[in-house]
Amino acid sequence: MATLLSLAEAVALHVHDGDVVALEGFTHLIPFAAGHELIRQRRKHLTLVRMTPDLIYDQLIGMGAADRLVFSWGGNPGVGSLHRLRDAVENGWPQPLAIEEHSHAAMANAYEAGAANLPFAAFRGYIGVDLPKVNPRIRTVECPFTGEKLAAIPALRPDVAIIHAQRADRAGNVLLEGIVGVQKQAVLAAKRSIVTVEEVVDRLDAPGYNATILPSWTISSIAVVPGGAYPSYAQGYYRRANSFYKKWDAIARERESFLAWMQQNVIEQGPEAFQSHAAAAR
Amino acid sequence: MINPQAFTPNEIMTVAAARALRNSDVCFVGIGAPSAACNLARLTHAPGITLIYESGTIGTRPQVLPLSIGDGELCETALTTVSVPEMFRYWLQGGRITVGFLGGAQIDRYANLNTTVVGPYDKPKVRLPGGGGAPEIASSCGEVFITMTMSSRTFVERLPFITSFGHGAGGASREALGLSTKGPTRVMTDLCVLEPAADTRELTVVSLHPGITREAVQAQCGWPLRFADELIETTPPTAEELRVLRELQDRTDRAHREEA
Repeated sequence: MATLLSLAEAVALHVHDGDVVALEGFTHLIPFAAGHELIRQRRKHLTLVRMTPDLIYDQLIGMGAADRLVFSWGGNPGVGSLHRLRDAVENGWPQPLAIEEHSHAAMANAYEAGAANLPFAAFRGYIGVDLPKVNPRIRTVECPFTGEKLAAIPALRPDVAIIHAQRADRAGNVLLEGIVGVQKQAVLAAKRSIVTVEEVVDRLDAPGYNATILPSWTISSIAVVPGGAYPSYAQGYYRRANSFYKKWDAIARERESFLAWMQQNVIEQGPEAFQSHAAAAR
Repeated sequence: MINPQAFTPNEIMTVAAARALRNSDVCFVGIGAPSAACNLARLTHAPGITLIYESGTIGTRPQVLPLSIGDGELCETALTTVSVPEMFRYWLQGGRITVGFLGGAQIDRYANLNTTVVGPYDKPKVRLPGGGGAPEIASSCGEVFITMTMSSRTFVERLPFITSFGHGAGGASREALGLSTKGPTRVMTDLCVLEPAADTRELTVVSLHPGITREAVQAQCGWPLRFADELIETTPPTAEELRVLRELQDRTDRAHREEA
């Protein structure tokens, strides 16, 4: 059963230095508040797993939390580069960052294999491209029935998955709706999981019989953090702050402006700051 | 009144790209220039087109262009939204997409794309975002359209990295890898439209935009270009196409400004 904790307690309990951590959310429901808590608690030597590193991993990488990144598309969507990710890969600042790079199809398959308790994922992909030459974890298998060669990659099995969702009920069952990405797969693939939610309610009010619900017993801990996905968004609660994604380009471009922003907006703040950010994006 | 003679290079690129799409297409939409073209097609000659974004939104009809592939607008106006593993497994790998619409940082004469690195992979001069959905879009969609602004830095003799496979080294490169999909069939730029030659698969200029010379196109391309024997002039945008495109872009700018 999921325990209801403060975000600081949940991160302290479940995330350790050196862990393989997946903070997921495909553009929607990105767990920014939890990412900031990892930074405030000075987690180090993490392997960060995420299809789209987005601003949240730009922040963690720039603050020196990660030794390794597993990803499939590392840009600021519709804006340009993730400057802190680039600085780490191109110049080793603030520390060298090893990368394991995939395609979206590969990572989505690898999470699904993890959730299904399989050792690897097979799919039709990486045909004619250079990524398998630089990533030794991309291999091929032959279909035992047709002989077709398929791409194979190891299942993703993070130590911890962290996601944000719209709401939980008092028993700790969690509802996600809208663009649901790979979050269900990530939680089911992981050894432990933290879910931040907009609110806890008496009844989930799930839309129809086939809603995306994670039962309480699949989740380690839940923390209530209204606005916790800002500047990403929570469908039905607040909109994506596209203007902040544009502003981030200038903030993160230089090391000094990045560190100053992180000091003021992350180190000296707590998760409660997210409520007012999100209210402004409603 | 809109003067159809007065359009920007970017506008004719978007219009030419939109015209390539058919009403019956099921189109996997890349972000940026492809997204503008696909929605222009939907708002003009192809109202029945099914637009799919990799975030899982199927049959989406956004009123403003999304900044990311996962803006709420896409989900709110979609017929349905599926998970990302389902999107890549059942819909893309399942062979249900007729056209993949891609952009890219760099392209070569066989329409292979690089969006990964400039310089060596282990010590990159410029680290680009990477492949995302593109490697499998390029192999699994029935055909691929590409739209990119031309310059000698983006249309290059030799790619440092192949992120998405086009026609490989030309000829029957796709068939040799067991691919039965067509790969890139058309490239729409700000200066011209290119298509692969039937035999060699080398990109060939088939249409020059109004007022653009062969020399002007060659000046923005890093390899010696081939021009089709029956080279034509691109039909200029109509007043209606320009009106719809500008209104779409105005709505988009307004929406993105209004947010916190």
